[in-house]
Amino acid sequence: MISRIEKDHRRFREIVRGRIRENLRRYVSRGDMITRKGKETVSIPMPQIDIPRFIHGDNKGQGVGQGEGDPGDPVGEGEGEGGAGKAGEGEGDKSVEVEVTLDELAQIMGEELGLPRIEPRGSQNLETVKDRYVGLRTTGPESLRHFKATFKRALRRQIAMGTYDPNHPIIIPVREDRRYRSWKAEPKPQSNAVIIYMMDVSGSMGDEQKEIVRVESFWIDTWLRSQYKGIESRYIIHDATAREVEREVFFSTRESGGTMISSAYRKCVEIIEREFDPSNWNIYAFHFSDGDNWSVDDTAACIRLLRESLIPACNQFGYGQVESPYGSGQFIKDLRSAFGDQDLLVTSEIKTKDDIMDSIREFLKGGR
Amino acid sequence: MALPRHLAELQAEIESYALGYGLDFFTTIYELIDYRQMCEIAAYEGFPVRYPHWRFGMEYDRMMKSQTYGLSKIYELVINTDPCYAYLLEGNSLVDQKLVMCHVYGHCDFFKHNRFFSHTDRRMIDGMANHATRVRRHMDRHGVDNVESFIDVCHSLDNLIDPWLPFRKPTPSRREPSVEIPINIGKITSERSYLDEYINPPEFIEEQRKRALKEREQRKRIPPQPERDLLGFLMLHAPLESWEADVLGIIREEAYYFLPQRQTKIMNEGWATYWHSKLMTTRALRDDELIDYAEAAAGVTAMAPNQLNPYKIGVELYRDIEDRWNKGKFGKQWDECDDQQARDEWDLGLNLGQSKIFEIRRLYNDVTFIDEFFTLEFCRRNEFFTFTENRRSGRTEIESREFKKIKDTMLQQLTNFGQPFIYVVEANYLNRGELLLAHRHEGVDLRLGYARDTLKNLERIWRRPVSLLTIIDEKPKRIRYDGSEIQISDEPEAWKLS
Repeated sequence: MISRIEKDHRRFREIVRGRIRENLRRYVSRGDMITRKGKETVSIPMPQIDIPRFIHGDNKGQGVGQGEGDPGDPVGEGEGEGGAGKAGEGEGDKSVEVEVTLDELAQIMGEELGLPRIEPRGSQNLETVKDRYVGLRTTGPESLRHFKATFKRALRRQIAMGTYDPNHPIIIPVREDRRYRSWKAEPKPQSNAVIIYMMDVSGSMGDEQKEIVRVESFWIDTWLRSQYKGIESRYIIHDATAREVEREVFFSTRESGGTMISSAYRKCVEIIEREFDPSNWNIYAFHFSDGDNWSVDDTAACIRLLRESLIPACNQFGYGQVESPYGSGQFIKDLRSAFGDQDLLVTSEIKTKDDIMDSIREFLKGGR
Repeated sequence: MALPRHLAELQAEIESYALGYGLDFFTTIYELIDYRQMCEIAAYEGFPVRYPHWRFGMEYDRMMKSQTYGLSKIYELVINTDPCYAYLLEGNSLVDQKLVMCHVYGHCDFFKHNRFFSHTDRRMIDGMANHATRVRRHMDRHGVDNVESFIDVCHSLDNLIDPWLPFRKPTPSRREPSVEIPINIGKITSERSYLDEYINPPEFIEEQRKRALKEREQRKRIPPQPERDLLGFLMLHAPLESWEADVLGIIREEAYYFLPQRQTKIMNEGWATYWHSKLMTTRALRDDELIDYAEAAAGVTAMAPNQLNPYKIGVELYRDIEDRWNKGKFGKQWDECDDQQARDEWDLGLNLGQSKIFEIRRLYNDVTFIDEFFTLEFCRRNEFFTFTENRRSGRTEIESREFKKIKDTMLQQLTNFGQPFIYVVEANYLNRGELLLAHRHEGVDLRLGYARDTLKNLERIWRRPVSLLTIIDEKPKRIRYDGSEIQISDEPEAWKLS
């Protein structure tokens, strides 16, 4: 039976979720979360959850204290009332800090944006078999002997036989006492989705643009991870050349240089060919840039790569373009004119942090 | 869960010590519970069952977290009922359990004898359970969200009650009939209508009607004089659905139930601390438990420099009083003696200390307790000071060690247990059925954001515009909420309680 307090507690959590939902945009654009992972919690200050009453305002920090010192000496911060804190006297702190896990936050985001659950691509019920140790049995290799269980069996036997002497407690297990760990093979659906992120880190991308890209790809990542178990991700950064990097590097790197988008696309194609067979994998690719490509020729190369290799391989290819402080942002226009009717290629413009949510919706609303 | 044998024996032992010292309490029942249950019951303010509300869940969340992170630990919980229920935390050491039991008997004796508790419902466990059932039933009929948000509104007003009401008159338990009683002008009826003019002369009837109307007009002034029991006032006069009136009544009843505990915090905790110390050190403690006891007891009376610990100041005051009455340090002679040496050596050997503190625990509350027994010498000996925030450096500094200032600050904080004085002034303000409240300003402004939101909640109950007279930055103001927006306007002069 579920206890009463758990109901009240759940209700409280619901209210918290509601409040988070109302202010989601603000929380989502907070950059400090992107260093966290799934189970880690995020504290969110929540001023409105308190019950308003007629109470005294700030009394200018006045009060009575006890201890040594002369007028003018500083008073240390107290650690609250003495050891015996008693219930039911909380006058309410100024604001309530609520902790939610990142997964919860991603789920709230999904609900708020009305993101559909993603349908997996056709034929890939890939399974792996994994051994799990679940119990004990009487035979097995010595390397799996369970010492504690064996010892207990021996002790029990000796007590039952009357050969156990508490003053001289020597336990000698015999063959029948031995217990071994046993395992069970469990089929496990294997991860069959991969996200490939590409980010333009060229000199024309300002700090704010990079920040937007990081926050957005972080939330896409968090959302997709909540959809697929054990999802794979690959990260590519590029300026005039592209290289694959670790997640941490992707979210923190600052480089500069020219922009050759085709380099990233080539890298992406390379990774897919090497590791992820499109008939078995759900592949999502996202590319973020300011759209300031080096040359018309390179753009043509990009379009060719997309048409011939990337779009056929991917469930979806997303291109997000941030506002460029210098250039024209021509690339998105080129893409749109080349692939206008192609709904596997989604383009989205992200001008400011406030657009992040809408852009995420653009990318993920298809549920592919 | 039934108490294990060793604790049951301990209970019997400690109970006999407590009785031996003259403590007198209701039957006390201990329950041994784990920390999760402790947090649950603490979130419910000591009761096993409360009406469903997220606020309790929030408290629970907070307590479980602070317990898990080791920030605080609830040692004991005791509730003012007959029999008295007290909770022991499973897994506490035996010496801790002893200490808690000794402490609990102090509280139980206090609950039974302090006169501010004399009007509380000692069967509140049942009361709370009944309230829970009623609220659940309303939720079934009118929807959880509906009822819950109405409870939120009530909570927002639940500090607006009159601490002296329980001592004045029986509380109105039911709304008066809303149908207006027709004016009775004493007309004589007769079957013969032609007689009417003679037995009921028109002038007389007119006179009677005017008198009745005038009386009714006077009665119409609601309330007849400013009143502090806003919750009671709303129950009588606000246009409430019957379930709303019931919920409001529940919140109000519980607010009055918890009121004396807030009025006697220092006295109650001080008394319990005095007795756990006395019982443990003179009777219950075994030699090998001394260090553990000393550590636990020191934790209870630990002081933070910028916060008064009610346990500490309470127990010190009782001890000071006991000592003074033992030695006869009171009365005219004592007050007029200003020879320091004579005062230090003063001992008339009266030994009235014990009976004096028992009398005090019966008759006083925190305000009167501090007012009467917080003396200059006590203040000096315990090194009290006032502190204030230095605007320039932003740090909190010792302001003064002046006795009068310290005592005034302390009394001000305790008066009305730190809550502002709010009065219902007029239910038909501006002759438009608007509700007018007034804040008796005692030097500290209201927290404005909260005051606005509270007014909005009040408007939801009153269903007509509501206003509050107060003072903001030393200027008299009126805050009004009409259902759509908050207006703050100047007032010609500050409101005074006539």
